[in-house]
Amino acid sequence: MLRVRRFEERCVELYSAARIRGFMHLYIGEEAVAVGVNEALTDADAVVSTYREHGHALARGVPAEAIMAEMFGKVTGCSRGRGGSMHLFDAGRRFYGGNAIVGGGIPLAAGLALADRMTGRNRVTCCFFGDGAFAEGEFHETANLAALWELPLLLVCENNLYAMGTALARHQAQTDLALRAAGYGMVSWAVDGMDVFAVEDAARRAAEGIRAGTGPHFLEMHTYRFRAHSMYDPDRYRDKAEIEHWKERDPVEGLARRLRDAKELSDKARTALEDRLSAEIDGAVEAAEQAPDEPVEDLLKYVTSPVGVSRP
Amino acid sequence: MTATHTRTTDPAASSDRKTTYREAMREALREALRTDERVFLMGEDVGRYGGCFGVSLGLLEEFGPERIRDAPLSESAFVGAGIGAALAGMRPIVEIMTVNFSLLALDQILNNAATLLHMSGGQLPVPIVIRMTTGAGRQLAAQHSHSLEGWYAHIPGLRVLAPATLTDARYMLAPALADPDPVLIFEHGSLYNVSGDLPADTGPVDIDHAAVRRPGTDVSLITYGGSLPKALAAADDLANDGISAEVVDLRTLRPLDDTTIGDSVARTHRAVVIDEGWRTGSLAAEISARVTEQHFYDLDAPVGRVCSAEVPMPYARRLEEAALPQVDGIVAAARRAVGGPVPTGADAAERQAVTGRAG
Amino acid sequence: MTEFTMPSLGADMDEGVLQEWLVGPGDRVRKGDVVAVVETDKAAIEVECFESGTVGQLLVPPGTRVPVGTPLAVIQGEGAPEEQARIAAEQGSPLAAETVAEVPHRERARAPKGAKSEQEPLAHDERPRSRRKAVRERKPVQEPVRTKSPKKSAGQPVRATGSLTHPPPQMSPEAESALGAGPLVRHLAALRGLDLTTLHGTGPGGRITRADVEHAQPPLAPRVRATPYARRLARDLGVDLAALRGTGDGGAVRAADVHTAVRARDGRHEPGGPAERRRDDEQHPHIAVPTDSGAEQRKDTMRRAIADLMSRSKREIPHYYLSTTIDLTAAGDWLRRINRGRPPADRLVPAALLLKAAAVAAQQVPTLNGYWQNDGFVPGPAVNLGVAVSLRQGGLLAPVIHGADTLPPDALMTILKDLVERARRGKLRGSEMTGATLTVTNLGDQGVETVFGVIHPPQVALVGFGAVVERPWAANGMLGVRPLVTATLAADHRATDGAVGARYLTAVDRLLQKPEEL
Repeated sequence: MLRVRRFEERCVELYSAARIRGFMHLYIGEEAVAVGVNEALTDADAVVSTYREHGHALARGVPAEAIMAEMFGKVTGCSRGRGGSMHLFDAGRRFYGGNAIVGGGIPLAAGLALADRMTGRNRVTCCFFGDGAFAEGEFHETANLAALWELPLLLVCENNLYAMGTALARHQAQTDLALRAAGYGMVSWAVDGMDVFAVEDAARRAAEGIRAGTGPHFLEMHTYRFRAHSMYDPDRYRDKAEIEHWKERDPVEGLARRLRDAKELSDKARTALEDRLSAEIDGAVEAAEQAPDEPVEDLLKYVTSPVGVSRP
Repeated sequence: MTATHTRTTDPAASSDRKTTYREAMREALREALRTDERVFLMGEDVGRYGGCFGVSLGLLEEFGPERIRDAPLSESAFVGAGIGAALAGMRPIVEIMTVNFSLLALDQILNNAATLLHMSGGQLPVPIVIRMTTGAGRQLAAQHSHSLEGWYAHIPGLRVLAPATLTDARYMLAPALADPDPVLIFEHGSLYNVSGDLPADTGPVDIDHAAVRRPGTDVSLITYGGSLPKALAAADDLANDGISAEVVDLRTLRPLDDTTIGDSVARTHRAVVIDEGWRTGSLAAEISARVTEQHFYDLDAPVGRVCSAEVPMPYARRLEEAALPQVDGIVAAARRAVGGPVPTGADAAERQAVTGRAG
Repeated sequence: MTEFTMPSLGADMDEGVLQEWLVGPGDRVRKGDVVAVVETDKAAIEVECFESGTVGQLLVPPGTRVPVGTPLAVIQGEGAPEEQARIAAEQGSPLAAETVAEVPHRERARAPKGAKSEQEPLAHDERPRSRRKAVRERKPVQEPVRTKSPKKSAGQPVRATGSLTHPPPQMSPEAESALGAGPLVRHLAALRGLDLTTLHGTGPGGRITRADVEHAQPPLAPRVRATPYARRLARDLGVDLAALRGTGDGGAVRAADVHTAVRARDGRHEPGGPAERRRDDEQHPHIAVPTDSGAEQRKDTMRRAIADLMSRSKREIPHYYLSTTIDLTAAGDWLRRINRGRPPADRLVPAALLLKAAAVAAQQVPTLNGYWQNDGFVPGPAVNLGVAVSLRQGGLLAPVIHGADTLPPDALMTILKDLVERARRGKLRGSEMTGATLTVTNLGDQGVETVFGVIHPPQVALVGFGAVVERPWAANGMLGVRPLVTATLAADHRATDGAVGARYLTAVDRLLQKPEEL
């Protein structure tokens, strides 16, 4: 979690210095969701993410260096510089990327789950999305389809109370999202998304249910982003007091406190950890800066598969 | 699990036999489902109903509900699910009932199927086949008569096919499934009942190349899909006037086969493109531009276009006929290209200026 | 102060190689002096300058290939120093020093009077590549755009800046437009009755080149409406589009119209239908132009140039033909007397007499000496006799003997020998290839007795002489064997009628009977 936090803090610096461009959506404040859910997943499982995905990718094990290089648009990036912050992919880790269309990844995740279901592979596909996507038809179409076909799909809704700048109550008639998801006939409940242990526990229970063949599960994670929707967002729609209130429940510091109280993380160890992460992120930035650009001659690569490639 | 593309050794397939476009399509699906267990068919009413146009009739009985999968009316979800399944190693054939409903899945087709390979830096090819019915001519009015294949042909990352003959209906699916990238197949609604002899054992269709369906020397009629029969009929009419029209069937709308198109124009020096899409920004416009770019000095006449009138398709039969490319209009455009007399009014709809106002 | 530019030495010449400088900086030159040797696709040609003055900078090193119109050298005129200073100051004006990127359109509108837009150093597409690139890259251009840079050394790669000196404000627009054209071009334009101000210059900086003049449609002739394919066919098959009646949309000339013209020309019947058109196509494979710039291509280029010209002649000019047989007994006797005692190299040949007679007869029958232009006859300024010379490697040149009617036969012969020899070595000067008012072809050395030639447009007549042969001949009621020559005339029936042509041939005959007076 600390790595996600520090990584993104560095991203802010780099973005401000115009080293990273495009849209960039920060996960700061929501780290417990990505980290906790990933604890319940195996390497064989799949993750489909959104455009607020740095945390998901890092938690999934995508190297910080590959993500940083991607944001620098370098050929060593996890999408060879073609995706950027919103489109991190790692096929080897079954990380099926950030989707920048709100709700766009949800049907995709259902398809990954459908393939497992049809081939009898006991795997879970986890799909992250936000409260905004809950308003999209694609969520509702897929929820129905997944429940109907009993797909091994874990739907994780990161309800951070704002669809960009629109508060939940201003875009949902019924704000109890778990209740509504249950209406599709899948197991659903709400979780404290600021508590990594609560998240992990919920995710494990859901994953077990899915592996047992009981169809899709829906988790509503109550969470909060401490920063604006994106780097373009002046954040005029939220009360500063509200942000401060949520920051008291900072998932990273909360975990650190608990670990310190449990004598599992001394101040010295914390410092050492910070130093290690700092060095890792420095190294990632350094490597990204040194990395070559994709030559312009390769512009049209990967639009279609190379000639002569047929299906395996 | 490996896919084999050996064709079925059905004794019935060893000689020419009577079939229809619909049956040829069904045969192709059957063959694909039999030869590769990763293949499954998914869409609205493909199973119990037998397909909206009867293409998949009987497949549910043979392959079961897992592989002949009736989907809820949620184009975005099941097309997206098809894309996800393809990512996970399946070979889905997704049927969208008609191109009109494909708009509800446009996001998945454009933003996922067509982009994932590139966006992931080459990591995630999407081997999906999406079939849909296209076209007008059956008095289905404005919301069920679109020809939007030209829109899809605009999108990099997709392959777009338009089988217009029995052979293509029968043998295009295998190479489409063999393509590692997303393939859209547009089946013109007016073709399903076309019947004829299916030549035996032609083998998989070469989906990289257009086909010259009728050789000629004076003008190239370039078309595809549901307009092919009209172009061939026009070529017959023109032959009676001593005009030798070559008919080129594009077959593949993306990537376009510039070579076959260009070679034909270089031979005939005149081209008329027939496209059921609306004229403005149509596939016909693209082909016309390419011909002009690549074969300007071969042209002995402006490239002609016969397209649909720019109007939401009306229901009334006479109005619909007037709005669509017809044999007379193709003949008139070809005559104009070769410099012969053009009967007045033969293609009045074709000559109308496109304006922003209802005319 | 003017620039001496790469001349256009033929309608098909777009560029040439400056082979050799025959003058250097500081040399005094007079108008008409040969100053350099230029190699074209056809030949190496000595080129003369059209100004008198002092050679300044040589802008192009030998061996450089440059487009027609590129300044090759600066000639310092004999104007007053103040005048030159004024011009230099004008060139240093802020406008001239601006780059495209820095000059918005509205400022162009405020350009000094007389700076015509197409001649401004600001027109995008007329800038040299290097400068365009600089503009694209938005780098400040280091050097102001100047007509020429006096500090340039001869060894520097050439950069045609394409800008022109700003004319003095009192100049008329016409004169100023003509500034872009050298005297030769102005002369050619005048010959063709073209208004230079209506021409679009394709040379650097919009300069009107000789090719522009030669390609120019006569005034008011509308642009031919033709399909791209028809244009290509017409070019390949040597058909003039302007002469065709278009049967296509809006009267456009189509491939079929070109084929019809070709058939008419080649004496073939009308087409039956499209299928026949196709076969026709196959019978005319398109001429492939070799890409190497060797003698092969020169030959090819020349062949095509001849083809174009002769096609135009036969298409546009209604020829009539006359022939007469001339008794050369008197001429032969006179030549023998003259040549007695001369070394073989100095001996006068019959051809010199024939040429002289042809020239003097042209002076006596002036309506055959000149040009047909704009539906009217323009008499030639002098009798400038073009002499057809066949080249050994094939092809044809017609160097010109200016004022041939005024030259004694001896001088005529000296010039003729020199011209033939240099024509065959490809060393003719530009002025020696232009300005003919009447052409003579003598195929006697090829052994034929009669030649009916094709007129060289825009001339109105062509005189032909066959071989001098001994034949039985009746004179004064007596039959004898005499040396005879058949003189023919191909003449433009628009300009003259048969009677005039007859008068001309009779004059030639009469003149040849009194060789001592030639």
